[in-house]
Amino acid sequence: MTDNRRDSSFTFTIDGVEIKAYAGQTIMEAADAAGVYIPRLCDHQGLRHQGSCRVCTVKAGGRSVSACTQPAAPGQGVENETPHLTKMRRDLVEMLFHEGNHLCPICEASGNCELQAMAYRLDMTDATKFPYLEPCRPLDASHPDIALDTNRCISCGRCIRASQDVDGKGVFGYVGRGIHRRVAVNGDKLADTNAEVTDHAISREVCPVGCIIRKRVGFVTPIGEREFDKGLIGHEIEERRT
Amino acid sequence: MIENSNQIGSDSPVVSSRGAEDIAAICNKYGNDKHRMLDILIEVQDRWRCISPASMDVIASQTDLTRIEVEGVASFYSFLSLTPKGRVTIRLCDDIVDRFCGLEEVATAFEEVLGIKMGQTSNDGAFSLEYTPCIGMCDQAPAAMVNDIVLTRLTPDKARAAAHDLKSGQRPESLISDRFGSFSAHQQALRMVDNNIRHAGEVLLGPVPNDAGLANAVGITPTQIVNTVEDSQLRGCGGAGFTAGRKWRFAASDPAEKHFVLCNADEGEPGTFKDRVLLTERPHLLIEGMTICARAIGAQQGILYLRGEYVYLRDLLEQVLDDRRRRGLLGTDIMGVKRFNFDIRIQMGAGAYVCGEEGALISSCEGLPGEPKTRPPFPVNRGYLGYPTVVNNVETFCHAARILDRGADWFRAMGAEGSHGTKLFSVCGDCLNPGIYELPYGHTVWELLEMVSGQDAAAVQVGGPSGTMIARDSFHRRLTFDDLATGGAIIVFNGQRNILEIVEYYMSFFVHESCGYCTPCRVGNVFLQKAIQKFRQGLANPEDIEYLKDLSGTIIETSRCGLGMTSPNPILSTLQNFPLVYSTMTKPSKNRIRDTFDIQSAIDGARKIAKRRSHIFDRDFTQ
Repeated sequence: MTDNRRDSSFTFTIDGVEIKAYAGQTIMEAADAAGVYIPRLCDHQGLRHQGSCRVCTVKAGGRSVSACTQPAAPGQGVENETPHLTKMRRDLVEMLFHEGNHLCPICEASGNCELQAMAYRLDMTDATKFPYLEPCRPLDASHPDIALDTNRCISCGRCIRASQDVDGKGVFGYVGRGIHRRVAVNGDKLADTNAEVTDHAISREVCPVGCIIRKRVGFVTPIGEREFDKGLIGHEIEERRT
Repeated sequence: MIENSNQIGSDSPVVSSRGAEDIAAICNKYGNDKHRMLDILIEVQDRWRCISPASMDVIASQTDLTRIEVEGVASFYSFLSLTPKGRVTIRLCDDIVDRFCGLEEVATAFEEVLGIKMGQTSNDGAFSLEYTPCIGMCDQAPAAMVNDIVLTRLTPDKARAAAHDLKSGQRPESLISDRFGSFSAHQQALRMVDNNIRHAGEVLLGPVPNDAGLANAVGITPTQIVNTVEDSQLRGCGGAGFTAGRKWRFAASDPAEKHFVLCNADEGEPGTFKDRVLLTERPHLLIEGMTICARAIGAQQGILYLRGEYVYLRDLLEQVLDDRRRRGLLGTDIMGVKRFNFDIRIQMGAGAYVCGEEGALISSCEGLPGEPKTRPPFPVNRGYLGYPTVVNNVETFCHAARILDRGADWFRAMGAEGSHGTKLFSVCGDCLNPGIYELPYGHTVWELLEMVSGQDAAAVQVGGPSGTMIARDSFHRRLTFDDLATGGAIIVFNGQRNILEIVEYYMSFFVHESCGYCTPCRVGNVFLQKAIQKFRQGLANPEDIEYLKDLSGTIIETSRCGLGMTSPNPILSTLQNFPLVYSTMTKPSKNRIRDTFDIQSAIDGARKIAKRRSHIFDRDFTQ
């Protein structure tokens, strides 16, 4: 970090906690560094910010903004884990469940799934009020090492950005509009692309759900010993707090 | 892909080597520039009636993109298609006003003569028949686009006759006149579409001198231009109402090496058609306004983003641009002023309401899907291709030109406090005189209804679906930014109209037009639409009223752009102003079972998989 950046530091607050930030940092970047967790799904360490899932919606200066894209402002008061915002976020997570077909008991990602973990963190325990859209989406097992079950895709676009920006490939992209907008592959099927199982886009950390599946390694870690069996989503950030 | 390039025809969308060459030639024409993707795709679509995977491969390699990036654009816009469309594509305007004017009968007439259903393409590839949202002809509904030709005031008889003519091989333009080609572009537009100017005001539709504003603008400094526009307190006329002068000032004060002026002629709000009339009758004033803005902010390039539905105005506008280039009003050293260089290109849209959103419009001009951009940064600092960009509505630029002619005080003296000047109102629906009214801000809805002879109105939709639906007890309210804000759409509904039918239509519109980028707008609007259907079917519980409000609140609060922030308005404003419409449609559920739950359809899938009937729910199980 240059001296120049250190000079431009300032503070703002999240739920009353003072947070240090540098000019150009987003609210979420500053919060992460300070050990304050803001729930998110489409944002991921090392990838461009997209601001599409809206789960990181916070109130900054009274306005609703996505924390992953909104620059932190000196002296600003940001609300994060208020009952109101938690309810909004629960609605959004629930929308994502209802938009696709998420059958946790039979999903390989169960326990490692950020969508599922977010539902637990946000207390999504009441009976649902939303209708299920029950879409009919394809399964693409054409690739020798990778399978895609798009029923579980939540359109976060993390694989798109990872493939484009980290792998330099462009295996994935969005197609369609509105409720028909979805992640698709660069070709008729995944086997037609230059995707490899070693791509960052294919790694377990990039797909937050069980859409991108690496073949022949399913259930290596038993249910019960998985990432979110050990702690709430976000705990690794919250443990940074001093 | 077809071999014969002279004729829009043939069937197989497979690229031959000749076809690949032709597509490459189209890409070449646009400098193989990925930012001109929409132009390339529109041209490919027009010529081969579809954008096939093979053609996307060619386009991708020409523009140095991946095929999925090309497909992302091609699959975003309604007027582009990945599967072949008919040589003649008939798009019926499916607006609520058209529905109330006999759209269904017109659709049936087309279906009968052409032998295909709505949404289908004939086997011989001759015709496609489909619905499209509001094409900006609500004052002469029902209307349709036949390729680039517009038909208005359709009746089943007119539709049948048109379909027969097309079937017998007539070209779409001959539906308007046998001598269509001999008319001027302006005459052609007027033959297709009436202006319906009912009241001309002092600023825009009354007599307007040629380029008087521009002549004044070149005599003062750019800063003085910005000051004048800011002093006039002109606010954006597209709906959001941001102060135009401030926008210009922000962009002008950014020291970037390039600046851009973009005109938003993508009026897609159902019931809005004011810009159509300005583009037809005041195109010079519009370009004059853009040119003044260019001088104010130091821009050398401008883009006029014309909605795909207004393609019938493209020739007219191209001629206006050419004419101004010839007269030294565009190009280099404009009006003899050294280094005042500015030119404009027309960017066609391709059927996407969301492109009326400032950031989405910029994305679309950049050859991307029409998705709004993350804010900040704002377009005035980082807009088109990352440069400071002013995006204003057609009417706003026209006003600016007049302000430079007559002065800020003249403009500010008209209208009401906080809402200065005049406004074009496009009025349609249940009134005797639908059309365009240029009025100072501040009239009450009653006064407007008297002018349009719509005093029987039971409801008025002010500002289109993203605005407010008001009942008679609110007709004393004023048309200003502070009371009833509107981009200009006024839709009048009489007491015979079913409010919930209107609301359901508007929600289906937003579902169709959401870009799908963010969760609440993409998914939440579908839930709202389904909930309204429940009300219409009489299956709603009293709790569902609370559900509507609650879900609307989430969508408004968490959506990324103005579309999602306003899409629940049809529901919220009718819940507030027509509460009985909802409460009379609810009943408490019996036996704690929701009326929407249908056990037979719920188990049907399982029944099919199991290939047997249900022991409990099928009475004839034993059979």
